[in-house]
Amino acid sequence: MTSEAPLKILVIDENPIRRAILDAGLKDAGFTDITLMGDTNGLLERIYTVDPDVIIIDLQNPSRDVLEQMFQVSRIVRRPIAMFVDQSDRATIEKAIDAGVSAYIVDGLKRERVRAILDMTISRFGAFERLRAELEETKSALKERKVIEKAKGILMKRRGLDEEAAYALLRRTAMSKGKRIGDIADSLVSAIDLLES
Amino acid sequence: MTTDLSPVGTGAPVPLKIGFIPLADAAALIVAVDKGFARAQSLDVELVREISWSNVRDRLNIGQFDAAHLLAPVAVASSLGLGHVRVPILAPFNLGLNGNAITVTTALHAALRCEAQGDLADPRVSAAALARVVAARKRKGRDPLTFGMTFPYSTHNYQLRFWMASGGVDPDEDIRLVVLPPPYMVESIANGHVDAFCVGAPWNSVAVDLGIAHILHFVSEILERAAEKVLAVRSDWAGRHPELLARLLKAHAAAVAYVEDIANREDVCRILAAPNRLGVAPEVIRRTLDGRLKVSPSGELRASDRYLLIGRKGAARPDPVQAAWLYAQMIRWGQAPMSQDLLTAALGVFRPDIYDDVLGAPSDRAAGAPADGIGAFAGPPFDPHDILGHLAPWRIKRGAI
Repeated sequence: MTSEAPLKILVIDENPIRRAILDAGLKDAGFTDITLMGDTNGLLERIYTVDPDVIIIDLQNPSRDVLEQMFQVSRIVRRPIAMFVDQSDRATIEKAIDAGVSAYIVDGLKRERVRAILDMTISRFGAFERLRAELEETKSALKERKVIEKAKGILMKRRGLDEEAAYALLRRTAMSKGKRIGDIADSLVSAIDLLES
Repeated sequence: MTTDLSPVGTGAPVPLKIGFIPLADAAALIVAVDKGFARAQSLDVELVREISWSNVRDRLNIGQFDAAHLLAPVAVASSLGLGHVRVPILAPFNLGLNGNAITVTTALHAALRCEAQGDLADPRVSAAALARVVAARKRKGRDPLTFGMTFPYSTHNYQLRFWMASGGVDPDEDIRLVVLPPPYMVESIANGHVDAFCVGAPWNSVAVDLGIAHILHFVSEILERAAEKVLAVRSDWAGRHPELLARLLKAHAAAVAYVEDIANREDVCRILAAPNRLGVAPEVIRRTLDGRLKVSPSGELRASDRYLLIGRKGAARPDPVQAAWLYAQMIRWGQAPMSQDLLTAALGVFRPDIYDDVLGAPSDRAAGAPADGIGAFAGPPFDPHDILGHLAPWRIKRGAI
């Protein structure tokens, strides 16, 4: 193929959200020929049909070893090489592994073209990781708020406090014990559960 | 980054990150860490469980791991720059010899039994039977048999090829040989994707326990001694941290002694069985370490004192002849050209000199070991100084050799 033809990109990622994020990112960057694979059933046939120039696979996918074998022995697929082969680009390689992704690239592609795909992939994998972390954070913040509400309710009922005083008591206790207010609330709720169950 | 300024016992333990794949032959590494032998050497090891050999290799290569539980042929291939970027690796300590098994579906086992002229437990008999099964399938126009193994540069790959080729089966022409991640092996045999596989413990036993397969061979029946997994470090890392490497070896030597002491067997199985280590039942691991495996769904047992060697019989000391044998297989199967430089590089991966400097030469070395260090069931003795001459008599091989 000539270097002007649109690059064919195959994305193998079991995570549907990350797959979609990557797909959107690559399309935004002007790549149009993208194939997404969620499972690795019939991997060889798919690679044969798609005939990709670049294969992107997440590092949590055990089928990475399967891919490496295919590139070694198959007579029907072109042999992409791992992104690691170009030793000069160590920083990109480290960033990719940190982000949790690996790529295989058909030999002879211009570096700049591949570079754009790799940079995009790394940044989208990073974005997904941040998104996931934020979601986790939101989830635990929500959970914490619920526990604090419950603890406040217990104090209001048991100690005859109003809401503001109940919260102030929780906060004071947390500060004096050097703990988070959520932890104090959690201990109180667990203790009451134990006593009353 | 690691520094080894502080002698053992002074200062904070040195943090190390070591990758492993959940397999029984990671025992020495896991026990070194979880039983405190690494800590006693003032090493603070974080074990990272990995999902693929490609990941272990890449993370070791770029320095995210200080050391790794690695397939011996990957250490050689990486040092020679085969199939991937060249990163010189040193193997100063064997984590295990042998330990794999060839497992076949109950259907293939029945077919082999029909064709066997003698005891199927004899690899000469089983390889000849396989050749007849393969020929019969070809005559009937049926799909070729599919064999699973774990990595292109794996002992499993070479053991399977060596065995079937000795019976006249060409592993690239007469059957399909595919890579499967070890945790998928059992499922693949259950759903009919493969007819057989060669993999390490515990996966063979898991398939037999499900009643869907027979263990046909321990690989120790094919080769008496094959370097399976090594403790691998980058050559440049070893050069910068000789003292750390020495401590790591001492921790492993202590762990090996603990693992091989039968009195500790239960404790070792418990440690390995943990969810963040191997994550399988202790009883299955016990069979592997005892070298006493259930080989058929009806409960038939087979025992071998060399099924998996973790340290005993001098197994932990690297033998460069093993590296040369692996390189010879890479040549035979078209993965590498023959060159004196590559042979020298391959021999230099296994470092008994480092082992001896730190731990002293083992006293029970070579007790009952084969004269050529390999002990293959077929063919002439291995000669690392005449690889082409050694490969010449084999009819089935690749490339221009």
